[in-house]
Amino acid sequence: MDDALVRAGRALRLVVLITLALLFLIPFYLLVRNGLSSERDITSPQWTFFPAELRWGNVRELFDDPSVPFARSLLNSALIAVATTLGTLLIASLAGYGLARIPYRHANKVFYGVLGTLLVPAAVTFVPSFVLVSSLGWISTLRGLIIPTLFSAFACFVFRQYFLGFPRELEDAAQVDGLGYWRTYWLVVVPNARPVFAAVGTIVFLGAWNSFLWPLVIGQDQSAWTVQVALSSFTTSQVIRLHELFVAAVVSILPLLLVFLCFQRWIVAGVERSGID
Amino acid sequence: MRRRGTLWFWVFVGPFAAGLALFTYVPLLWSVGLSFFDAHNTVTPTHFIGLDNYTAMLRDDAFVGSLRTFLVFTAFIVPATYVFSLSLALMVNRLTYARAFFRSVFFLPAACSYVVAALVWKMSLFNGVRFGLANTVLGWFGGAPVAWLSTTDPPWYWLVIVTVRLWLQAGFYMILFLAGLQRIDPVLYEAAAVDGARPGWTVLRHITLPQLRATSVAVVLLLVINAFQAFDEFYNLLSDARGYPPYARPPLVYLYYTALGQGQNLGSGSAGAVILALVIAVVTVGQARWLKLGRTDADG
Repeated sequence: MDDALVRAGRALRLVVLITLALLFLIPFYLLVRNGLSSERDITSPQWTFFPAELRWGNVRELFDDPSVPFARSLLNSALIAVATTLGTLLIASLAGYGLARIPYRHANKVFYGVLGTLLVPAAVTFVPSFVLVSSLGWISTLRGLIIPTLFSAFACFVFRQYFLGFPRELEDAAQVDGLGYWRTYWLVVVPNARPVFAAVGTIVFLGAWNSFLWPLVIGQDQSAWTVQVALSSFTTSQVIRLHELFVAAVVSILPLLLVFLCFQRWIVAGVERSGID
Repeated sequence: MRRRGTLWFWVFVGPFAAGLALFTYVPLLWSVGLSFFDAHNTVTPTHFIGLDNYTAMLRDDAFVGSLRTFLVFTAFIVPATYVFSLSLALMVNRLTYARAFFRSVFFLPAACSYVVAALVWKMSLFNGVRFGLANTVLGWFGGAPVAWLSTTDPPWYWLVIVTVRLWLQAGFYMILFLAGLQRIDPVLYEAAAVDGARPGWTVLRHITLPQLRATSVAVVLLLVINAFQAFDEFYNLLSDARGYPPYARPPLVYLYYTALGQGQNLGSGSAGAVILALVIAVVTVGQARWLKLGRTDADG
């Protein structure tokens, strides 16, 4: 009797999970379906699961459309995401290591100064940040899109937590061998801390690729648009070519899905040990 | 020796600290400064007006309404995401096979941007015309098409806004809960079984939930802070070539249009940002206190 109940419960759970999984995948399916349909198929009053014809030519049409700088915005997004990721990893990991390991009288005060900015949501400062960046003359430049986002208190915090739990023996051995902080860091610590670099790196990359408000505010000329701004401009414009819009969305998430599937392990590990509990 | 440490500390921390100061602290202070000036179209204003920007903002129905929108949004999204992601984690955690598959599927939307998700929701799922998927499904049951995003009575647009975010973020919080569940000592469950507790609601209430307290506090805090920053999905779901409708305007959308829209009123925008930052600080601190209070109650 109990066995039957347990088995029924297990089956029910599986049914619920499969249903939810399908629901979660539907939006991805819609993206691809619409991206490969003709405009007529998308807006057909009789919705069908499969479009009447698959149109791979939509991809070429998107890149050939002179009214949308889509190739340019893809390139901008790629440059921004790579530069932001590398820069953040360098700057935040150094700071995290310094805060965790190098003795300094006021280290705690500096650390609280970093923590404090985590309480102020970055988005609240977008008005004054815009003012600052525009007074530097960085509007609609890659500089303006990259440099202000390089100083992530979150990344610094994760690195500090990670290095605090790092085995000291390795560093002690290096110090005995006469290596200073700098060389100990590069020759001993970094090679042994790859998981945290991969985890923070993927999270920062996803965030940079997907961010919208800052690129919207700073990228005012079409030449400085990112993929997200370009997509958004499609949806708020008067003339919408739906099939182009959807195929653009598919193209925009492909690189991310790739990064995501390759590094999923690291993202999960990074999220789990982000020290939030 | 100490001087050497100090020097190296700043070699390591200096670049980060300088950047943080320049791109976070300076804008913050600048914002506070601007909020006391009449700053239309200028970042170096000369006309000091004291608290006028603040009183104007607090008397502005649109701004106060935006704070109310945020409260309504939070009241929906925080409990919904909490319950949903915890349920997902509990179900996935008890799987003996295909666990990685389900975890990946639920986490996958985290790779999607709000812009892309809003596009699918607005143009395909909840399109107000017949070819939208939701309206097609309604049609199967004989229902009439609903104009999801432009119906204010009943406010169907909330369903669209809440489900986008739920889809995008539930998997992330599920991972946090899964991590928390892994850390629970199996001995606790064995002891409960010996005491005759049947798996299910009793165990969940008396063992799992109390053991997840630290994770729960973090999750709720993150959910509230993220809800305060809602911008992307509101902007992309509701605005179109004609602009933004007067309803469902969260604070950041309002500030975006005030400070960077036609008026370029940077003084009012800054005052609004300062008010918003204060509200967030009060909510965050209040919530931390309240959750701590909950802990002593439960322990004592």
